[in-house]
Amino acid sequence: MPAVSKGDGMRGLAVFISDIRNCKSKEAEIKRINKELANIRSKFKGDKALDGYSKKKYVCKLLFIFLLGHDIDFGHMEAVNLLSSNKYTEKQIGYLFISVLVNSNSELIRLINNAIKNDLASRNPTFMCLALHCIANVGSREMAEAFASEVPRVLVAGDTMDSVKQSAALCLLRLYKTSPDLVPMGEWTSRVVHLLNDQHMGVVTAAVSLITCLCKKNPDDFKTCVSLAVSRLSRIVSSASTDLQDYTYYFVPAPWLSVKLLRLLQCYPPPEDAAVKGRLVECLETILNKAQEPPKSKKVQHSNAKNAILFEAISLIIHYDSEPNLLVRACNQLGQFLQHRETNLRYLALESMCTLASSEFSHEAVKTHIETVINALKTERDVSVRQRAADLLYAMCDRTNAKQIVSEMLSYLETADYSIREEIVLKVAILAEKYAVDYSWYVDTILNLIRIAGDYVSEEVWYRVIQIVINRDDVQGYAAKTVFEALQAPACHENMVKVGGYILGEFGNLIAGDPRSSPLVQFNLLHSKFHLCSVATRALLLSAYIKFINLFPETKATIQDVLRSDSQIRNADVELQQRAVEYLKLSSIASTDVLATVLEEMPPFPERESSILAKLKKKKGPGAGSELDEGKKESGAELNGGVEPTASTAVSPEGWGLMPGSGGGDRTPGFYPSRVGATGNLLVDVFSDSASAAPGLAPATEDNFLRFVCKNNGVLFENQLLQIGVKSEFRQNLGRMYLFYGNKTSVQFQSFTPTVTYPGELQSHILLNIQTKAVDPLVEGGAQVQQVLNIECLSDFTLTPLLNIKFRYGGALQNITLKLPITLNKFFQATEMLSQDFFQRWKQLSQPQQEAQKIFKANHPMDSEVTKAKLLGFGCALLDKVDPNPENYVGAGIIQTKSLQVGCLLRLEPNAQAQMYRLTLRTSREPVSRHLCGLLAEQF
Amino acid sequence: MIGGLFIYNHKGEVLISRVYRDDIGRNAVDAFRVNVIHARQQVRSPVTNIARTSFFHVKRSNIWLAAVTKQNVNAAMVFEFLYKMCDVMTAYFGKISEENIKNNFVLIYELLDEILDFGYPQNSETGALKTFITQQGIKSQTKEEQSQITSQVTGQIGWRREGIKYRRNELFLDVLESVNLLMSPQGQVLSAHVSGRVVMKSYLSGMPECKFGMNDKIVIEKQGKGPADETGKSGKQSIAIDDCTFHQCVRLSKFDSERSISFIPPDGEFELMRYRTTKDIILPFRVIPLVREVGRTKLEVKVVIKSNFKPSLLAQKIEVRIPTPLNTSGVQVICMKGKAKYKASENAIVWKIKRMAGMKESQISAEIELLPTNDKKKWARPPISMNFEVPFAPSGLKVRYLKVFEPKLNYSDHDVIKWSSVPCPAMGRFVTKKDEG
Repeated sequence: MPAVSKGDGMRGLAVFISDIRNCKSKEAEIKRINKELANIRSKFKGDKALDGYSKKKYVCKLLFIFLLGHDIDFGHMEAVNLLSSNKYTEKQIGYLFISVLVNSNSELIRLINNAIKNDLASRNPTFMCLALHCIANVGSREMAEAFASEVPRVLVAGDTMDSVKQSAALCLLRLYKTSPDLVPMGEWTSRVVHLLNDQHMGVVTAAVSLITCLCKKNPDDFKTCVSLAVSRLSRIVSSASTDLQDYTYYFVPAPWLSVKLLRLLQCYPPPEDAAVKGRLVECLETILNKAQEPPKSKKVQHSNAKNAILFEAISLIIHYDSEPNLLVRACNQLGQFLQHRETNLRYLALESMCTLASSEFSHEAVKTHIETVINALKTERDVSVRQRAADLLYAMCDRTNAKQIVSEMLSYLETADYSIREEIVLKVAILAEKYAVDYSWYVDTILNLIRIAGDYVSEEVWYRVIQIVINRDDVQGYAAKTVFEALQAPACHENMVKVGGYILGEFGNLIAGDPRSSPLVQFNLLHSKFHLCSVATRALLLSAYIKFINLFPETKATIQDVLRSDSQIRNADVELQQRAVEYLKLSSIASTDVLATVLEEMPPFPERESSILAKLKKKKGPGAGSELDEGKKESGAELNGGVEPTASTAVSPEGWGLMPGSGGGDRTPGFYPSRVGATGNLLVDVFSDSASAAPGLAPATEDNFLRFVCKNNGVLFENQLLQIGVKSEFRQNLGRMYLFYGNKTSVQFQSFTPTVTYPGELQSHILLNIQTKAVDPLVEGGAQVQQVLNIECLSDFTLTPLLNIKFRYGGALQNITLKLPITLNKFFQATEMLSQDFFQRWKQLSQPQQEAQKIFKANHPMDSEVTKAKLLGFGCALLDKVDPNPENYVGAGIIQTKSLQVGCLLRLEPNAQAQMYRLTLRTSREPVSRHLCGLLAEQF
Repeated sequence: MIGGLFIYNHKGEVLISRVYRDDIGRNAVDAFRVNVIHARQQVRSPVTNIARTSFFHVKRSNIWLAAVTKQNVNAAMVFEFLYKMCDVMTAYFGKISEENIKNNFVLIYELLDEILDFGYPQNSETGALKTFITQQGIKSQTKEEQSQITSQVTGQIGWRREGIKYRRNELFLDVLESVNLLMSPQGQVLSAHVSGRVVMKSYLSGMPECKFGMNDKIVIEKQGKGPADETGKSGKQSIAIDDCTFHQCVRLSKFDSERSISFIPPDGEFELMRYRTTKDIILPFRVIPLVREVGRTKLEVKVVIKSNFKPSLLAQKIEVRIPTPLNTSGVQVICMKGKAKYKASENAIVWKIKRMAGMKESQISAEIELLPTNDKKKWARPPISMNFEVPFAPSGLKVRYLKVFEPKLNYSDHDVIKWSSVPCPAMGRFVTKKDEG
């Protein structure tokens, strides 16, 4: 409402409003409004023209009625008439009505635009401001179309008043936000940046908001703002609280402007100019210093303003992530806030610390606050703060404190709010797996997790425990004992029963020696839970029973009785009934030998190619089990011709619990896990996200890359989102490679851009030339796109070109870098030669630098067929009857490049007893020998 | 099991708050106020569920009555109780208004204690309640009286006490009907039904046994095996009742087996039955509207009503309500009969005629001036509505007999019954859509 003077007050309006306020009921109010509307309609319709005052009054009444929630569909014309009035209050009401009740009537819009144009062109600053406010308040596309070019002119014109400039900047910001495409970038942009130097603080504040928004789209156009912002900031920070009279808020100089400047700086990388940078660091230090000073006022506004600047400064420090000193100071400052009385401060401190924890410089500093954070988790009253504390614990966890954090989170879980339990369960599961150093601890943790919050434990978590227990001999006994004890609790969660059933069915024998856990006791324990479980669990338990029959023949009679009972063999559920019938028959017909074969212990699950597991494996060194897996995976991939995605065999022990309910014949082999399914795995999602988000090479791909040394087709990379298949052919010094990018999700990838990058010497393109075609930036869910690479080898090279893939998945930017499987040996041309030719050439290449030799231990079983296949895949011809020792392999070939050809001879001598190989390569060029030798040695 | 009962004024202030069960906390009072009374959008459903608590409300003028429960109760039961509660309050202190409630809050709490016990509805018959909840000072009752009240309240006939004596035994009977009709612009009847009530006032001594008979189709047909010739007479012989409900005093078992309505009436005024019929409704009036748009700013409306019953009968208090468009800026009305006026607060022209004989015709014409609006959406043309009283029942219901039999005092029905309005006056609402074009 306008600030009305006494003579200007609208009495009719006041009476009407008080009438409405006095209405006893909704109905009475509606009646009063209807009456008033009829009155206004008759007045507007009336023949005699209304004067400005009554027009204003009626428009005001209409506005009030509209704000009460009634539809108003007339009066626009009268409001537009008010715009041309010369009285401020009348013009203001007109603009108010128009910005509240925007109308799409084209004729009216033309009139309104005309009035606004007139006001913008007038010299009267109040009228200009009113017009600008109206443009901004409406802020529609039509407004942007009409005024997007006008407003910048007003903004940068030399003679514009400060208050108008301020309004113009904010108006332009609004128009830019609604329709960025309509705001033309032009020469005014550079002049906008110089508004940062304006005398008037209000103008600077408005301009910073505008620039922050604009520079996100065109960072280069506004680069110059960084130094200006820094100097402005340093002037504010170093000023005394009395310097900026109007802009000092509770002894803090220009807090809003400081915050906005700091936010603007976050749009850019650290300034390169040392002087500017020095000045900025100085500013940040001053801000941090000021936080230590005693407060100048006890008022909460003072500390709020101060802390706002401090937090923004800290997020700038985190954004730069390059000043270890500042990072540590920021961390210490936040540490003080962790115990602050103010809940909001504690929340903000925890939140900022989460981001600090991910910086390498401050990770250690964050870790010193672990006790405080744990305390916050336990004692904090506000659930949102507790959630942040849990987030921070997760972020600061590493190998040194994993045990402590996991156990704290577990104990907190017992009292945690229901709303955050699921999240905490997931976090505990991830941390436990990520930082597990010994598997019994891991098993303990997860079993505890199921015990405490079974409802929130997803299937994948217990799948994972079972996979790990099955693959590790050393924890099996321990796990059996632990689940047995856990099952003895009077009430245990169904997930626990599942784990218990599975593990006891497999490894119950390991604890059967103890009379307290004799086979019959184990069986009775499991069976006591049977009736409380769902069908899926019951099915799993039935499988466990048949396994018991195999493990402990003495339980056979009891179990057969159970299977024979009506509740099993005549169960209404087909799956249960079928299992009961088949298991009963199996146990009574089959001999013990057959039974033992059919119900053999589960073979180890192949390790998934999750980044965390890969790391874990490296840490532990190649154990017997995993080595076996490796070989299996290898051969599996080869058998599939490399076309099938190997990683899609994401493992779940589901095959055990829920076998396909087809005929009995299929059933028995089905007893071994059908290792397909369990896609969309929650945990894997988390893992693979972290893997792909990590800079550098995607960890799992090194393995894959090595496989491609000896073959041309297959799956190069796969995670939860993306699969990349490769098909390639090489002839002489030319090659063509097809890359197939498959979107595994149901969501489209946006701005999908694969690019080939050349490290080191390849950059100059004198060694290798690769031509690519761009691919469509949108990859639909489930779709596959193809990219062709034409490759020309110009000279011999040793480094590998990289493939960098960037895309947006659900808003998050994914960045994956892989080695392209283009190695020098791809350009091999096999040459057949006779024994004497070979030795003649062998001798010719006898200079020490032409030979490269490696003696190494075999990583894979020494199978002559596999070795032959690998050598052929490597590209050279295998020469029979050349070497006197038939165990040895000899090969020859020529590497074709555009500039030169390199002859190449190789000899591989296996030693079966020592499980060692000796590989010798002789070529005419020294780096080629060494490179090829290194490549090939990894293969065996 | 009602958990609690609250009464609010129009501002949402609590006037009466009575909690019967522990599961209803104090915050339930505020929850209803915030979510229903002060809700941004008007709440139209009478049942609201807030935080697993159900609120059933009815509104009487500016007063909100809300029953609250956490259990899964029979909603119809709760509403029946609320209506009964309103009746009881009206019987005690007249109109339900904020002032009356404030003046009688002790009485209301006392009533609430009596008619709801731990959330279960108890005897809510006004007559019975009045014997032991009075507005006079505390009067210590004699032992005899007390035992009489106890035996009545716990007895088989809880709604009537023994030993009532009148010098003149009187019984009044009214049939009130309302007609709902929806008509297409072409004059076709789309749907029509009559909902009626039989209301009685009884001032009878002792324990009279009454029997009420009407021209229910099933009863007539059952008896009609013999006298088939009666059907030849003009007019409807019987009516088909779609559904009906009775006052608790009616013996339902007898109604089920013999379809006869017999009862011992409570003392004073009560509603004996409610019924609904949809077949063969006599429409007392025809309304013929004509709407003509003259340009964008003018509308001409002409409405003709025709009375469609015997010329000897008279319809009274006719009120026709013709809605006007929302952008009306002025109205000129001309009518031959009665008075007509444009009521801006209701967006309608109201036309009142005091009385009108059967088979007559009367018309009104109005010129409506419109304010041009820039909204393209068309006016929805809400239906014309009409109120009137006619001295017959549009459903065709006729009272065949009403017998009173008192075994001890032995007065006969001929002395007693005041056919206060037989044939009964009928209140009607008559709704039709305005003609298009």
